[in-house]
Amino acid sequence: MSERSTTTRLLDRWLAGHSTLVFLFFYAPLVVLVVFSFNDSRFVNRWEGFTFDWYRAIPQDAALMNAVKNSLIIALVSTIVSTVLGTMAALALERYRRWLGKRTFDALLYLPVIIPDVTMAVMLLIFFTQLNQSLGITTIILSHIAFNISFVAIVVRARLANLDPLLEEAAADLYAGRWQAFRRVTLPLILPGVLGGALLALTLSLDDVVITSFVQGPGSTPLAVEVFARIKRGVTPIINAISTLMLVASMMLVLGSLVIQRRQSGSTVGG
Amino acid sequence: MRRAAAPDAPVTAELEHAAERAARWRGFRLALPSFAYLIVLFAIPLILVGVYSFASRSRTGAPELSDWNLDSVSKLVDSTVLAIAWRSTWLALLTTVVCLLVAYPFAYYIATRSPRIRNLLLVFVMIPFWSNFLVRTYAWKVLLGADGLFTKVGEALGIWGQLLFTLPAVLIGLVYGFLPFMVLPLYAAIERLDWSLVEAARDLYASGWKAFRKVTLPLSRPGIIAGSILVFIPALGAYVTPDILGGAKTVLLGNHIVNQFLAARNWPLGSAVSMAIMIVMLFATVLYFRTQARTL
Amino acid sequence: MKRFSIALMTLMLLMAACGDDDDVVEAAACDPGATDGDLDLYNWSEYIDPELIPAFEEQYGVSVTETFFDSNETMLAQVEAGGAAYDLVVPSDYMISIMAEEGLLVPLDKGALTNLGNLDPTFTGLPFDPDNEFSVPYQWGTTGIGFAYEAVGDDFDPSWALIFEPDPSYAGQISLLNDARETLGAALKYLGYSVNTTSQEELDEAVELIKGMRDAIAKYDSDQFEDDLVSGETVVAHGWSGDFFAAFDEVDGWEDFGYIIPQEGAVAWVDNMAIPTTADAPCTAHTFIDFILDAENGAALTNFNFYASPNVASEPFIDAEILEDEAIYPPDEAFDRLEFIADTGDFELQYQDALTEIKS
Repeated sequence: MSERSTTTRLLDRWLAGHSTLVFLFFYAPLVVLVVFSFNDSRFVNRWEGFTFDWYRAIPQDAALMNAVKNSLIIALVSTIVSTVLGTMAALALERYRRWLGKRTFDALLYLPVIIPDVTMAVMLLIFFTQLNQSLGITTIILSHIAFNISFVAIVVRARLANLDPLLEEAAADLYAGRWQAFRRVTLPLILPGVLGGALLALTLSLDDVVITSFVQGPGSTPLAVEVFARIKRGVTPIINAISTLMLVASMMLVLGSLVIQRRQSGSTVGG
Repeated sequence: MRRAAAPDAPVTAELEHAAERAARWRGFRLALPSFAYLIVLFAIPLILVGVYSFASRSRTGAPELSDWNLDSVSKLVDSTVLAIAWRSTWLALLTTVVCLLVAYPFAYYIATRSPRIRNLLLVFVMIPFWSNFLVRTYAWKVLLGADGLFTKVGEALGIWGQLLFTLPAVLIGLVYGFLPFMVLPLYAAIERLDWSLVEAARDLYASGWKAFRKVTLPLSRPGIIAGSILVFIPALGAYVTPDILGGAKTVLLGNHIVNQFLAARNWPLGSAVSMAIMIVMLFATVLYFRTQARTL
Repeated sequence: MKRFSIALMTLMLLMAACGDDDDVVEAAACDPGATDGDLDLYNWSEYIDPELIPAFEEQYGVSVTETFFDSNETMLAQVEAGGAAYDLVVPSDYMISIMAEEGLLVPLDKGALTNLGNLDPTFTGLPFDPDNEFSVPYQWGTTGIGFAYEAVGDDFDPSWALIFEPDPSYAGQISLLNDARETLGAALKYLGYSVNTTSQEELDEAVELIKGMRDAIAKYDSDQFEDDLVSGETVVAHGWSGDFFAAFDEVDGWEDFGYIIPQEGAVAWVDNMAIPTTADAPCTAHTFIDFILDAENGAALTNFNFYASPNVASEPFIDAEILEDEAIYPPDEAFDRLEFIADTGDFELQYQDALTEIKS
């Protein structure tokens, strides 16, 4: 890679300053949030001493623990299903030139990405109520899969598009069956894409508020929606505490995926 | 089972057709589960929303499918909805522009560091990107309140007071939430630039700014477009941010639609507005991709 | 593509036919103290003493899930949609008559409610549910103005003008309830009309009044209005009596804050417990109602949320200060100014649309 001459030193310093400010902008609110989760008072603004009480209060908050449980179940199931379905969809679109309804499917696959959250929430609510389906964890999972398939497909497709099809053709020549060729060659090659898609699906599922709040039933509230409801009802540092835990969890997820990525690129074919 | 590849065997048209058909069937089969899923849980609900837009509103607000009318659709152009639509569009555009102005130098800076520093900085950008959106919005709610740090700083500087529950608060929240969506595509585009071109431009034009404007900027356009779409669309349909930071006072399209399904109990109108907003976004996206394809 | 569309159409017709048209609502038949599943309670926020929930869970061996709503209309929308199966809801007076008419409530089995006799007769047989067929009173109160003395001074006119003609010194620090009937009701009262008007002109006048001063409004909030008042975010707040007092008590701000029922008149209301037809566990719901009607539990409720209790047997257990507080238990003269919200039939939706118009 040729040398990236940036610009004059002055401009460079300006850019550095700007970037520092941007990083500050990103992190300052989060730091404040974390700091006040240790606040020894019911206020989230006025510092009155250090305590772990709010963190201790979390396991005792039945509604919150139930929400965490719901989130995990929903995220896990919807991620697994949408990753499988999305990967299959990506393979079908990238590796097979023509089949019945391919163009329709291609267009259909993009819609969940473009559609605004509220519209999707509305459609699913109307759909479930029209069918007299009672709302609960099942409807939430079904809804999450509905939008996650597309996101997984996009990520895997991008990965597939960058692969050399000759590798897979060679594999087809080497191995007796298509499944073997897939398992031994294609799958390892697209695995970073699949995992990336899965991570995206997981995050989107855990993050979702609008769609979930429309299709949930009593007792099936996941964490994000529960926190949302609480923020509107009245704020105490317990929200800071659970938010901090959520931040730590996503940080670990990011770092974890990075570590896996690094290991992956070291050991797989064509890495 | 793959046809044995014997180089000397005559390849008949029949065999080729059979192989093609088999491949087509396999492709279809592979896509079928997700295809079927999306038809049932996406296409049909979408059509239902369209249908509901023409239903009439019963006394309790539930849709009455037996009584078709254009009431709700005609309401789309009444002053209330138009005012909200105008405000939402304007705010989404503003958010996009601010994000672009803030993200571009930032992405440029990261993209022009050495690979090790680049990756490190990227990790620090990823972390807020993957963090829960709600948590990040909540962080600002606290900062912007009467006792919040942001407010206190502003009061000390004498520039601003309490911003919570105003339009600027929503703007800050939206920019904060969507900035990573602008940074990442911009970074990807800038990182891929052929720097020899940039250098050549710099040799050609006396001023660096001109080189930037004539070469770097146009080359990074795909990133700008991608980032703008990724920010504009969710900003237009935003619900959580205006709800938390806007105090039920700042009614944007997202809040308006949700309200039709809650207290206002006007499912047909809510459906009509949802359809309208989706059609607009679809239109805008297709337009963008068309123009991008033409100019490349 | 053509075959596709035909298949889609058929599927849709099938689905349209799947709609439920059941209109007959059977009365419940439950034994006192019986339970038939866990309880899904749909209530206003901070309306039930948190100690009562685990107490009920332990006594009857079921678990209770609480979901919250912040307005009657939101609750109606959710119950009507039918997707979420709540066992017990707590609607206000007029909402009971609306829901009963729509066939959304289960007629109660009085036999399962052993503590029914604890209720003050004044609060049974009210117009919205003359035979208490569908509901049992829960708490009652008034809707007025909470304020900080610091902002309004000691010598002010106890009128809705505090909100609708605000002093510029506190403009931008006012909150209104995010509730169409209540907020428009306040404006209507200020203009001298009834909160139950079905006159579009009067409603329009109220809308114009609020629109005229809406820049002075900080927020529309039915959940946190009392917290915002005591934390200083707002200094004049439209809200429900008990919520204010609970907040004053928490920060010990009885000297700094006050509550008035404006002279032009205000809303008095009764919230009630009712069982939706979609309930999975109607008998548990009955048992819960009975549990709340118990004298001591009813008192715990009032001692927690500072609202007035319709339970006459609870009086010995309620804190003396609460019983004597005229703002919580208004004297008879005050009732001359108070009006109950009633169902306005087809006009209801006009109120909702009016609030949307104000906010947009």
